[in-house]
Amino acid sequence: MNPSFSVNPISDLDQLLQYPFMVHALAAGTIVAVIAALVGWFVVLRRESFVCHTLSVMSFPGASGAALAGLPLASGYFVFAVGGALAIAFGSRIGGKRSATAESAVVGTVGAVALALGFLFLSLYGGILESVETLLFGSFVGITAAQVRTLLVVALLAGGVLAFVGRPLFYASVDERSARADGVPVQALSVVFLVLLGLAVAAIAQIVGVLLTFALLVAPAATAQLVTTRLRLSLALAVTLSVLETWAALTLAYFTNAALGFCLTTISLVLFAAARVARERRG
Amino acid sequence: MRDSSAPCGERVQDERLVAALPAGPSMSAVVELRDAAVAHGAATVWAGVDVELRAGEFVGILGPNGAGKSTFLEVLLGLKELREGTASVLGAAPGERREAIGYLPQRRSFDQSVRVRGRDLVALGLDGTRWGTPMPGLFRARRSALRARVDEVIAAVGAGAYANRPIGECSGGEQQRLLIAQALARSPQLLLLDEPLDGLDLPSQASVSALVQRLCRRDGITVALVAHDVNPLLSYLDRVIYFAGGRAVAGTPTEVITTQTLSALYGAGVEVLRRSDGRLVVVGQPDTPAHHDHAHG
Amino acid sequence: MFALPFVRNALLAGSLIAIASGLLGYFIVLRAQVFAGDALSHVAFTGALAAAAVGVDLRIGLFAATVLMALTFAGLGERARADDVTVGVAFAWILGLGVLFLDLFNASSSGGSGLLGARALFGSIFGLSGGEAALAAVIAAVLIATTLLIARPLLFVSLDPAVAIARGVPARLLGAVFLVLVGADAAEATQAVGALLLLGLLAAPAGAAHRLTARPYLGMAISAAIALASVWIGVALSYRVAALPPSSAIVLVAGAFYVLAFVRAPRLLAGVLRWTR
Repeated sequence: MNPSFSVNPISDLDQLLQYPFMVHALAAGTIVAVIAALVGWFVVLRRESFVCHTLSVMSFPGASGAALAGLPLASGYFVFAVGGALAIAFGSRIGGKRSATAESAVVGTVGAVALALGFLFLSLYGGILESVETLLFGSFVGITAAQVRTLLVVALLAGGVLAFVGRPLFYASVDERSARADGVPVQALSVVFLVLLGLAVAAIAQIVGVLLTFALLVAPAATAQLVTTRLRLSLALAVTLSVLETWAALTLAYFTNAALGFCLTTISLVLFAAARVARERRG
Repeated sequence: MRDSSAPCGERVQDERLVAALPAGPSMSAVVELRDAAVAHGAATVWAGVDVELRAGEFVGILGPNGAGKSTFLEVLLGLKELREGTASVLGAAPGERREAIGYLPQRRSFDQSVRVRGRDLVALGLDGTRWGTPMPGLFRARRSALRARVDEVIAAVGAGAYANRPIGECSGGEQQRLLIAQALARSPQLLLLDEPLDGLDLPSQASVSALVQRLCRRDGITVALVAHDVNPLLSYLDRVIYFAGGRAVAGTPTEVITTQTLSALYGAGVEVLRRSDGRLVVVGQPDTPAHHDHAHG
Repeated sequence: MFALPFVRNALLAGSLIAIASGLLGYFIVLRAQVFAGDALSHVAFTGALAAAAVGVDLRIGLFAATVLMALTFAGLGERARADDVTVGVAFAWILGLGVLFLDLFNASSSGGSGLLGARALFGSIFGLSGGEAALAAVIAAVLIATTLLIARPLLFVSLDPAVAIARGVPARLLGAVFLVLVGADAAEATQAVGALLLLGLLAAPAGAAHRLTARPYLGMAISAAIALASVWIGVALSYRVAALPPSSAIVLVAGAFYVLAFVRAPRLLAGVLRWTR
């Protein structure tokens, strides 16, 4: 397979869609991009980007454990990511008042332990080399139709939940005190949101890898929020950017053979940086 | 000996100020500022300041927010340069006699997570600037001398009961006592305390003020304590230096905290009222950034 | 086990790296700079792979990248922490760059067996030659000595910056020196447990120590001791159980220590002992 990029978009698109794996990759990528943008938009609003990263790292032993146990990888991702989300949700309730020092040490350790565990499972599984890179940095080769279907289900589920709780969630995220006073179930909503985040993270990690989930989840949404403060516009922009970035990354990776992770992070950084710079100039 | 930099009309009052000075602590000046001015960037904070701190005195540094009280302490520590005038601290330029000055900066409260013992914090006051790490077995004699001194100052401030607890778990008043112990560790001649009573409840404010006065009298330490409310300190202070309107006035509390003196200082019509509970309140202060409702002196 | 050279090398380098990481980690947690350790792990990976792609010794890229990053942090000062999102996106890009280098290296003629990625990510403590182990040990020893030298003033300025500065402690210089030490230690620890698991040595033992004692110098010692124990136990376990990678073993043991510290095992133990009497 030696695709060659030409200036003719039709021919390029033709080359892209030639192979089923690529069609699956584009489909999965699009679905994942939409989830990422919608959930990520709230993540940026609630300033929970670090939690994102931790959840994705926690899903790593899930995936490799699933491989070891002979289960479909997706199940491992989802179980561990959602489990991690619940652990964080209830852990922070029990923990009570914590400080910056204590928390960062805990989070750092949890991340390292999760990665160590994941690596252990992979070693036991025996298929270390490629698996490590695939799990950590993503791959768009080898996505099956079944995976695409699962992702679609998750996307519809996530979309449905967000449509239902979106408004109170927004209220609670922006002004917790007033929301609580108004009867919005702030605590319950944050648990729901964390679970949703877990689902999103698990879905995204399957395509772009555990370590780069953050980039897709946070960057397009953050870029959109920098460009405009009008709610519907910024949501729509986030989704658009996310899908465009994913397509661009996949196309770039396909034609140049560069790693998908590199393509995606570069594109998202460039757009985010541009929005940042434009903001600074304006303000 | 002029203490205040009030305008001409107040000169007569100055003579009375001088005459009314109580005998007591020796008249030798530990700190002297002559015609001093200090600026933050382009803006002058205060100018034409002529004040002194005499040995063994307990002096309150007062004034509204932003008047330059903390700046005054920074000048004494050599952390801020004068734009005009001279300053001498313990007979040398500011910043040269650091080891003889104990300093308590503003608003240090340790949050719950700081799991270091109060005692260790006090010990740092003694040896924190020395390189290396204390190792078991080395320099036994020096280490036991250090420990003895730490015990001494902790006892002096009455913090023995909680000095071994992590400082983050101590109450505001307890933390302040430990921090005063830290400032005392090197037997300073001059103690500079920046808003140590801020945020403490009334009983703690009273006990810390009493503690400071005790240290003053017993060990002959000169103390400059910055506060934004004179009332807790009123019965303990020897003198007051009041910063406002870009200038400063010094004298006993009854001399300085009067309608006349403060109006002259602010250059506006302020009034000093005494409430039924005995507290002094200043009203009509021209605005400086932040609070209007200073229950003040 | 000790008869085997690769084990001896691992323990030699590992022990000193553990002590250095434990000591520095105590301060990292105290100064709430764990995020810096995280950032360093990203650049460590990319630095090592950049070096490999260019064809020079991994360690050159490793040290150059981490120390450079440390100096940048020191230079930026408070602004380095400004914005979670910007920092995260930037470091995600650095990881992406690392993957690019990895692919370049694998595709090139000197590609090797493709193990490089796993080695950079998860360490190769059993793969250290005598010379490599010795060099790592020497560097770690220098780090340990320097840390002990600056420990007291660093403690002072970390806990009580206003007073320490008023007393003449050179705060900015110490902060910069500290970050450079951390950078170098990150490079060292990467050789042992890999870039991804760095925080297992830098944060876990220190976190445990902070929970166990409020006495700073004792805390430093405990942190170093836990790190050291984690390395030894991890290496021994990994030697016994072939399928257990050493870096995973080390980090999982360190994590276990942290959990024990959380449940206040010492108190628990004392309580149990009292009850059984």
